[in-house]
Amino acid sequence: MTWRAALVALAMMPGIVAAQSMKDMQGMDQSTMHDDPPPAASAPAASPADQHDSPDHAGHDMSGMAGMGHTSNNAGMEMGPMQGGKAPADARSGDWSDGVAPMSAHDMRMMDMDDTSSTGMLLIDNLEAYAGQGGHGQSWEAEGWYGNDRDKLWVRSEGDRSDGRPQDGDVEVLWSHAVATFWDTQLGVRRDIGAGPKRNWAAFGVQGLAPYWFEVEATAYAGQGGRTAARVRVEYELLLTQRLILQPEIELNAYGKNDIARGIRSGISSVDGGLRLRYEIRRSVAPYVGVAWEHLTGGTADLASGRGQRITDRRWVAGVRLWF
Amino acid sequence: MRRSDVPSILLPRRRFVQGLTTAGVGLGLGLIRPAWATEPMSPASLLAGNAMDLEIREASADFTGRARRAVTVNGGVPGPTLRWKEGETVSLHVQNHLDRTSSIHWHGLIVPAHQDGVPGISFDGIPAGSSFTYRFPVRQSGTYWYHAHSRFQEQSGLYGAIVIEPKEGERHVADRDYVLLISDWTDEDPERVYAKLRTRSDVYNYGQPTLSDFLRDARAKGLGEAASMRSMWNRMRMNMSDLADVSGATYTYLVNGATPAANWTGLFRPGERVRLRLINGSSNSIFDLRIPGLRLRVIAADGQDVEPVLVDELRLSAAETYDVIVEPGDDRAYTIFAQSIDRSGYARATLAPREGMAAAVPPLDPRPRLAMRDMMGSMGDDAADDSGMVMAHHARSEYGAGVDMRVDMPRTNLDDPGVGLRDRAHRVLTYADLHTLGGALDTREPSRTIELHLTGNMGRFMWSFDGLKYSEAKPVHFRSGERLRVTLVNDTMMNHPIHLHGMWSEIESPDGAFQVRKHTVNIQPAQQVSYAVTADNPGRWAFHCHMLYHMEAGMFREVVVS
Repeated sequence: MTWRAALVALAMMPGIVAAQSMKDMQGMDQSTMHDDPPPAASAPAASPADQHDSPDHAGHDMSGMAGMGHTSNNAGMEMGPMQGGKAPADARSGDWSDGVAPMSAHDMRMMDMDDTSSTGMLLIDNLEAYAGQGGHGQSWEAEGWYGNDRDKLWVRSEGDRSDGRPQDGDVEVLWSHAVATFWDTQLGVRRDIGAGPKRNWAAFGVQGLAPYWFEVEATAYAGQGGRTAARVRVEYELLLTQRLILQPEIELNAYGKNDIARGIRSGISSVDGGLRLRYEIRRSVAPYVGVAWEHLTGGTADLASGRGQRITDRRWVAGVRLWF
Repeated sequence: MRRSDVPSILLPRRRFVQGLTTAGVGLGLGLIRPAWATEPMSPASLLAGNAMDLEIREASADFTGRARRAVTVNGGVPGPTLRWKEGETVSLHVQNHLDRTSSIHWHGLIVPAHQDGVPGISFDGIPAGSSFTYRFPVRQSGTYWYHAHSRFQEQSGLYGAIVIEPKEGERHVADRDYVLLISDWTDEDPERVYAKLRTRSDVYNYGQPTLSDFLRDARAKGLGEAASMRSMWNRMRMNMSDLADVSGATYTYLVNGATPAANWTGLFRPGERVRLRLINGSSNSIFDLRIPGLRLRVIAADGQDVEPVLVDELRLSAAETYDVIVEPGDDRAYTIFAQSIDRSGYARATLAPREGMAAAVPPLDPRPRLAMRDMMGSMGDDAADDSGMVMAHHARSEYGAGVDMRVDMPRTNLDDPGVGLRDRAHRVLTYADLHTLGGALDTREPSRTIELHLTGNMGRFMWSFDGLKYSEAKPVHFRSGERLRVTLVNDTMMNHPIHLHGMWSEIESPDGAFQVRKHTVNIQPAQQVSYAVTADNPGRWAFHCHMLYHMEAGMFREVVVS
């Protein structure tokens, strides 16, 4: 089994294929109900044509909505997208004040209301022990934030440990800013930890929710000496029941330059996949078991095999997911 | 306040009935009925007259087997039922024993602005340790309620019923007259509930679409059909189970402060006419209420008399009130059953000829799912809206991170009982059934229309009008004396009960005729509702969604009449 198994798992739900989410991610919120091309890779059942053929749902054909019969009643009427997009030129103003000044909005303390107040969250997504073909150890993946709806200080970290020593990992501190309905931009720094030189990077990326509920993180990094790197992570939650949840995940890393001291050659360096099955005893506590794959690619794989290391490692994992 | 100083509410100790499992399996079948379940409740305290003292203080309350802090009025949750007479001037001396500012708002009462009780808008609040005397003439009759307008004090217990006797005497004679104040209680700190919603808005939703649901759909409708349906919602990142932000996962639903197990009981003699004053005094819940075996004759909505209409079930959105008359003929108990809109739990009470009797409690219905019309308005082919095409006009501020969808062609029909009630075999009340006696208060044609969209981003738990949260928005100006139309378009997939303080909202039918006068207008997902308002009460007023957590998150406006 390889990381491709994770892709297959992602596609378990008819009409859902990871590739679609990557495509939509590029388009961000420009995706609309009627101008979205049918997902090229999706199962035939989900294509608009089939929806149209289905007798009970003829009118559910969203791809035809823009030009549907109503137009005849409303000549020249233009339907906008239901989500995202830019305001049309003739959009109305939301100001009904006639110039009357607000009294209370500037003293929400008296009201004991504050719709911009800050709150915080910590999610330890993975905290696990693993037993792989190349050895055993522990790994973690966590994120936390503090802030309001639009701006948050975001911290995330991932890494692993074996033989009692940190092997590979990093910590990122980012300013996350809401730019679209489902998307935030992130700007900050990353510091590599674990074996090898501790590189520092400037980080810029996007994070959000792609159509079909794929959680996506895509970050580009720039480091000293002209180093560049990129990381894309896609995660999905498949609810088997209300509490039993299968969580597939893929992560891809790439580097612009060789970094032999950290065992990296330029190009795509690794593709990791995971499939974890958790049971939410409470929303905040969920033990899980799963399987993860670490797969080195390209020059990085050559480098590893030259050093007698495994290129692909399959790991059984068991751990707990904690949410505060 | 130290814990030892906290007075205790003396209620019979009751075990909780919170959600599906305990309630449905245990009491629902009537098999497990512990002795305490049918203990008579002490009647809700009653205050009558035109001068009353109300004391707000923290107390320990126990609804679930765990003692929690509540904010009480005169020591109770709910507070006392206030009985006034139309035409009198009431004087209400409110003493705040909390360590923070408090307030009481008289919901649905048309009072002068400085008596309305919204801190920061219509008065300064009642500071910790001090008092405030409300004094206003009572110019209306019917069933209303009061609640705090300070942060989450309402969720913590500060609410109660108001019954105003008409000057000319009751139009409908009844042998019994009971208030049924339905509410939601959480053992969690409401601040914590709010923080959880803002970090993970579906945290209380245990009715999400799962793989097993999908397989069941696929068996029922075929794989293609099931997949295309699911795919459409998933592509939009919308959840067809998004019916209630806060559910029976944390809520215990109460009738007059009694849990389903405690079973508040109202007595009758067979053949009597019993008037029930139904009040949804909950913070964040919508209930569907029925009394198996009895038809409900609806005689008033939001305190205002309507042409009587006979129904079997009605939806009570947050802050709405309905008066119904029932005529239990048999010498047996009847269950008053109010399930939450997402079917995650229920409130229950009993009408019985004698204390200690109980009838079977119906099982909760299957969780409904939002339909196409709840997402697309009149463009959903199931919309059943033959009232003509309307186009919504979106505001520029709706195109941003705070808005997750917009409905271009909302449905305007009022004869839709809403999600979960559409397939009932029996008659369910809709707004189209309601006709206020005497017609509109002001027969002038509205001279202008203010269009406001109810907007939100469920994932981020941001709620707003026109994409602007309260802190980002300017007031809405009503020109003094004008008759204007407010058109509300719900661009979200949740119901929003919208409450305008200080003035009546006179709902219009889709063709513009006067329909019903209300203080709280529930707007269904992807629906447009218009109502006329006469701006005859000068001052600054609150205008907001009565889902407390939506209001706190920004679905709130200041209305200025000047």
